[in-house]
Order: sequence, then C-alpha cells, then structure tokens
Amino acid sequence: MAGEFGKPEVVEEEVDILLIGGGMACCGAAFEIMRWAEGTDLKIKLVDKAAMDRSGAVAQGLSAINTYIGSEQDPADYARMVSNDLMGITRDDLAYDLGRHVDESVHLFEEWGLPIWKTDENGERHDGSRGMTPLKDGGKPVRSGKWQIMINGESYKWIVAEAAKKALGTDRIQERIFIVKLVNDKNDKNRIAGAVGFSVREHKVHVYKAKAILLAAGGCVNLFRPRSVGEGQGRAWYPVWNAGSTYAMAAEAGAELTMMENRFVPARFKDGYGPVGAWFLLFKAKAINSEGEVYMDRNKDMLDDYPPYGHAAVPASCLRNHLMLKEMREGRGPIYMDTVTALANLRETLSPREVKHLEAEAWEDFLDMCIGQCGIWAGENIEPEKKNSELMPTEPYLLGSHSGCCGIWVSGPTDVGAPTDETEAGVPAHLPKGWHWGYRSMTTVKGLFTAGDGVGASGHKFSSGSHAEGRLAAKAMVKYCLDNKDLKPELEDSVDDLVAEIYQPVKTFLEHKDYSTAIDVNPNYVTPRMLQFRLQKIMDEYVAGVATYYTTNNHMLAVAEEKLTMLKEDALKMRAKDLHELLRAWENYHRILTAEAHMKHIQFREESRYPGFYYRMDKNFVDEENWKCFVNSIYDKTTKTYTCFKRAHTDLVDKSKLFK
Amino acid sequence: MPTFVRTEKCDGCKGQDKTACMYICPHDLMKLDQDGSDTGHAMKAYNQEPEQCWECYSCIKICPQNAIEARAYADIVPLGGSVQPLRGTDSIMWTIKFRNGTMKRFKFPIRTTPEGSIDPYAGKPAADMSKIEEPGFFNDENGYRAGNRSELIKL
Ligand SMILES: Cc1cc2nc3c(=O)[nH]c(=O)nc-3n(C[C@H](O)[C@H](O)[C@H](O)COP(=O)(O)OP(=O)(O)OC[C@H]3O[C@@H](n4cnc5c(N)ncnc54)[C@H](O)[C@@H]3O)c2cc1C
Ligand code: SF4
Ligand code: SF4
Repeated sequence: MAGEFGKPEVVEEEVDILLIGGGMACCGAAFEIMRWAEGTDLKIKLVDKAAMDRSGAVAQGLSAINTYIGSEQDPADYARMVSNDLMGITRDDLAYDLGRHVDESVHLFEEWGLPIWKTDENGERHDGSRGMTPLKDGGKPVRSGKWQIMINGESYKWIVAEAAKKALGTDRIQERIFIVKLVNDKNDKNRIAGAVGFSVREHKVHVYKAKAILLAAGGCVNLFRPRSVGEGQGRAWYPVWNAGSTYAMAAEAGAELTMMENRFVPARFKDGYGPVGAWFLLFKAKAINSEGEVYMDRNKDMLDDYPPYGHAAVPASCLRNHLMLKEMREGRGPIYMDTVTALANLRETLSPREVKHLEAEAWEDFLDMCIGQCGIWAGENIEPEKKNSELMPTEPYLLGSHSGCCGIWVSGPTDVGAPTDETEAGVPAHLPKGWHWGYRSMTTVKGLFTAGDGVGASGHKFSSGSHAEGRLAAKAMVKYCLDNKDLKPELEDSVDDLVAEIYQPVKTFLEHKDYSTAIDVNPNYVTPRMLQFRLQKIMDEYVAGVATYYTTNNHMLAVAEEKLTMLKEDALKMRAKDLHELLRAWENYHRILTAEAHMKHIQFREESRYPGFYYRMDKNFVDEENWKCFVNSIYDKTTKTYTCFKRAHTDLVDKSKLFK
Repeated sequence: MPTFVRTEKCDGCKGQDKTACMYICPHDLMKLDQDGSDTGHAMKAYNQEPEQCWECYSCIKICPQNAIEARAYADIVPLGGSVQPLRGTDSIMWTIKFRNGTMKRFKFPIRTTPEGSIDPYAGKPAADMSKIEEPGFFNDENGYRAGNRSELIKL
C-alpha cells in the first residue's frame, strides 16, 4: 500500500543497533561498528533527517579541527582545559578518555583526504594540498591554539561521510527520516526497545525495534529568539537544523540529563557570526571597545571575582563574554575586532608573498565554515586590512560538544579512577550511583547510548572528538548486543498509537482547515512557525536571552515555567499542511522539551555559574561551597515534568596545575 | 543570505538520478515545483522557506547547472555584493564581489584523494574481540595517547 497524506504507509523493521543521526558522531560510529560487528550477524541501521554528505553542524565545512592533542601534550592537560573553560564542573573521566582517543580519528581524516596545514622545518606554513609528512608519521600541524589545527575543510563532512557510507554500505542507511521519539520496552520501562519517525519525502511512518540505539542528533538552536528576525532569521551561529532532538527524546525515554543549565553564547563577528578563533590566535588580533581600549586588559580585575577560573592562562569563555558585556552595558560599544592593526603588525615581519597568502587565509577562514560572513563583508565593503569589524555575543544555544556541556549522563571509562558511589542525597533510587555502570557511553536507560553533542558534563570535543566518541559508543554497543543475545525488544506502545501520535498534526490540519478562509489563522490549531515564535519570546524575555542582556531571576523563571506549560499543552494542537511542516512541527516540540529542561536547571542551580552566558540576578555569584556539583534531572513522561537533583563532583586530575 | 534559483538556468535536474539541491539541503528547504503550482515555473526548484536558510551553500555547490546563487539578507545587508563558488573535484574557486565593485578571487584545496576513492578498511586489521572492553579502537593509527598515569590522582 502506498501511503498518502494523512494516511501514511507503516514500515516496521527490526534491527539490533540503530544509529540516529548522520553527523560527526554517527559517522564515527558507522566506521568503527562494522569491524567489531564482523561475523556477529548483528543487524545495523543508520537514519538521518538529512543527507549525510552535508548533514549536521559540519555541513558547510570547517577551517580548523579544534581538538588534536598531539604527541607533546597529555590527555590530563586536555581534561584540565575542558574543566576550567566550563567553570570547574565537568567529568574528568569523559574528557580524559576523549583526549586519549581523539587523535586516532584525526589521523584517519587525513588518510581519507582531508587537507591538513603543515609547518615546514623553517617554520613556514603550507596548506594541506602539499602532501607533506602526515601527522601520523610525525608531520607538524599548524596550530592556531594549544589544541586547534588548521585545515582546508570545505569538504570535511563530505569526506567523513564517504568513509562512513562505504563502511556501512548503502543498504544500511536511510536518509530523510526524522525520528520523533524513542520507545521503551514493554517488560522493562528502563530499557530501550525502539524508535519511531517519518519520512520527509514519502508518506511513510517508520517503526524500528532495536536492542541498542545510538542517539546522536546534535544540539539545540532557535529555542531563544535569534538576533536576526526577518529574512536573515536562518542566520544563527549554530546550524538551524539541530533542534534538540537528542535531549528531548532522551528525556522522554527516561534518560538522566546533566548540566542542562549550561549554554553557549559565542562572541562572534556581528550579524554573520563568522569565527574569531583564527583572528585571535593565528593573526594575533585584539578585541577593543569604541574608545580603542582592549577591554580584556581594562576589565582585568573582574576576573578576580571568579577564582580560580578567571586566573588560568586562558580564562573561561563565559568570563571573556562577561568582560565584553560590561563594555556594552556601560555604553562603550560597538566592540570591534581590530583586524587593521593585527594585519599591519604582521606585514612588518612578513614578505609580500606571505602577506598575500595571509589575506587569503583570513578569507578562507570564513569561506570554509561561515560563508554568510563574507556576504556581509562584501555587502558592507569591509576589507579587514582597511576596516575593523564589529563583534557581538549571539543568542544562547544548547550543545555538549563545542564550548558547552549540557547533555546526557553517560557511563564512562573504568580505568581512570572515577567514583563508584554517590555522596549527594536525593538521586532517584533507580539510577546508577558512580560514573560507570557497564557500557561506555550508555545512558541511564539500558541500551540507549549517545555521543558528540549528546554527552553532557564534558564539552570541547568538537568535530574530531565527536567522531571519536561515536566510535567509543559503537564498540560498547556491539558488546552490549553480544551480552544480550536473547533479548527480544518489545515496544511498550502499540504501533497504531505511535502512528496516530506522529501524524496528529496532519490530522488536525485536515480536520479543521476549512473552518476559516485563511489557512494560517484558525482557532483550532497553531502553525509550527508561530509555536516557535512563542517559545522564543518566552525564553528570550524570561530565561536570560538577549532582550534582558542574559539576565533572569527566580520570579522571571516562575513566569517562564507557567508559560512553557501552556505552550507544551498547545503543542498538541500543532498543524502540518505538508510533510515539510510536519518536520517543523516535531522539531519545535523537541525544542520545547529542551527549553524546559534548560529553564528548570537554571531554576534549580541557585547561583550564576556561567557569568557572561547567563546571570541569575537574585543569586549573582559563583557558590563553590554549595554548588560545585552537577545538576541532573529526569523527565517523567506521564506527569510531563522534570525533577532536578544534585550529583557530587570530584577531580580526577589535579586542576591546581592550571594556575601555576 | 537566502538562496535563489535562476529561472533560465535550472533544468530541474531532468537528466540526473535525483534533484541535487533537494537531495542535499540539510534543512529541507529546496523544493522542485513539479507542476508550477507553487511558483509558476514548472520543473524548476526554489527555496520554500528562505528565512530558514543557513547559507551553508550546500545546494549552490552541488547544482550541476550552477543555477543557484545567494543574495545577502535583505533585512541586514546592503545590496550589491555577491559570493559565488565553483566547486571542482580537488579545489573550490570563490568569486567575491563587493558593493563598491571590488573583486576578490580565491582558490582553496578541498581534498587530496579522488572523490569516491576511500576504501575505509583497506590495510586495516580485523577487530580483536578479546580487547573489546579495553580502551582503544580496532585499529591503531599512531594516535592513541596513553597518557602519564601519575596525572590521575584518584587511582
Ligand atoms: C558553528 C559551528 C562551528 C564549529 N566549528 C568547529 C571547528 O572549527 N572545529 C571543530 O573541530 N569543530 C567545530 N564545531 C563542532 C562540531 O561541528 C561538532 O562538535 C560536531 O559536529 C558534533 O557532532 P554530532 O554528531 O554530535 O552532531 P552533528 O554533526 O551536528 O550531527 C547531528 C546529526 O543528527 C541529524 N539529526 C538531527 N535531528 C535528527 C532527528 N530527529 N532524526 C534523525 N536525524 C537527526 C542531523 O541531520 C545530523 O546528521 C563547530 C560547530 C558549530 C555549530
Ligand atoms: S540542482 Fe540546480 S538544476 Fe537541479 S533542480 Fe536544483 S537548481 Fe535546478
Ligand atoms: S544554502 Fe544550505 S540551508 Fe540554504 S537552501 Fe541551500 S542547502 Fe539549504
């Protein structure tokens, strides 16, 4: 039976392992898993809402690999950096383990054809087309920072996806499937049994049964009102297609979330959100206020308010924003990246040939990963050697693999000294106690794994680390399936109910569309677009968005809570006039659940742990004594509420070394 | 910078096995208007939600007819500039035109191996199942950093 709009065909399939997402993490998993699964006859499948060649955050390409340890640094140094940038509360076991493994993935990228810049014996740098000694054999990368290396990364995702697709084989891949929810096991509510989604191209609902699932569908954007609101609305720093599916679906399945109060507010080139890393690190540019003062120097004392995190060689990202925001609030904006002085200084020491090369490098930094910024420079006649460009902090995003650490609580490695018990009271009894409970990267729901943006309380994995983390999860999933050979997953909901739920927005539309003459204004339903605007307004105005300069308080959060509750109720009245709108409807539902977790966690944590990212003005301080702990939560899908609780934090590597 | 399709250049990917722009857009924006009922241009593609475009240029780079371009956001950017790529097999060429007419051209490498040539497991070992619970991957590309164990203070 071929489906039709409103009456989809139902496709049921049973596999052993389902990979949800086709980004860096799932591409890593795809490569690693087929080798461990060889000869086991495990059935494996990958589903992505888009096309793997260009899906996820790396769609556009990247100009740097931000995590490469190299032979000269220790995974412990990396774990220390991650911890300090995230104000002391990260899981050292996860960061350390990532630090051990990440370079393996980078070496593969180079083998597969990713051009990596190199430095020759005279210290001159060359782009990646030169075929110099590979990193694996001791080639020297061009460092744009302690952990970052430069690449010609326009085709980064294309290359990584090619390897993943070849490894899996096209039969095991289904693109344009949007997964809406996970389904628990009928006989064990705390085990995963499958997932259900729909095709964005055909009238089909897909129901998968699986023993193990890797949920790696990226972070969350557009839960806050973006700074761009008209035609430019699509210009968020974070790619507009990652809608919090990872966090929302995990929460509904009962997985424990962690650090959902954390957010990332990147300070980037204004309006285009072009990257600043290479400008600061490679071109040695300074950020200045309108009076030409370097505000990091002018406001240096403000770092003393946040010991020890303000005192590391590189202060935490949020604190750098904190110093910039002071300038803006006190009326010394605009803030500029002083590209003119930086390039002039470099000209003094470089030959004309090198200068020309340098100019190309500056443009390439944008063209490889943020082309829109070039559009703004071209439209506004900005040549960086002649005119400085404005900087601006963006609206907040939620993610766990870039400079953020929200996500899911997962089982870590067993050989690095992680706790095996829990000292904080109040953790619900059914949850595991220590930091590892059997399978690496497994969430607190049996059989449900995550990686990349999904793994919370770590951060700074970036593209390479997300790939490596997907590989760690893949290996553990094979082991899980082999240990649970006789497990027969049974869905706790009937297929009919699942299908009805997913297609409800279509049904709502077909039922009511003729009630009014204009299909967008109708009292019986809400368009996904308006639902999104409502969410963004609530988050922006009450949960520390740009409208309030990232400030909130207990009272504002209480208002947000009430409004979000009604919004969630109204989400059941979303309409979908076509498959494209059905996609938007469920994306926004995922955004709402993610936003709610963010709000609840900020409310629970009675301090302002990330000044510069958000301020609870009623608790505007960092409280090391009471709040140097994880804030975790679980969602109860029957009562539709989150419950927050503390988990103890401890250091597995000595952090004091950062401050010597 | 939403994308737009040049009417006279788009051929609806008639000779291809799939509609390239529609296939690639990560946000499901590009759409083929089969009968012309959406745009008045049958068998041509268009961006169905321009205000959701991330300007990732994936569709522009893949279009076999070079029919897709981007026009900077009308609500943010002054008119007149353009940024257009031509993506080849091993490099990409960019032409940037400023509002004031200044032109810049750049060419950058994109990959060092022929497209489609990756053989992921060539020369790589099989997985050693006895090591499935140990750290490390099935293969070793000289990138595993064992680390100085004395750095771990809770062992
Ligand atoms: C603007 C920006 C700049 C960055 N710059 C750098 C850099 O310079 N260097 C660096 O190393 N790293 C950089 N990163 C980080 C890097 O891109 C991420 O760490 C990495 O992509 C995370 O991998 P992931 O697999 O978790 O998510 P992604 O790669 O984003 O993949 C998510 C996948 O899930 C799919 N998906 C989403 N929802 C669903 C659903 N409901 N059903 C099915 N599929 C779904 C998506 O289509 C996609 O395939 C940057 C990130 C951003 C956002
Ligand atoms: S890829 Fe180009 S030619 Fe093909 S449908 Fe899209 S715009 Fe038209
Ligand atoms: S530029 Fe990117 S987001 Fe915009 S339509 Fe093309 S592929 Fe889609």
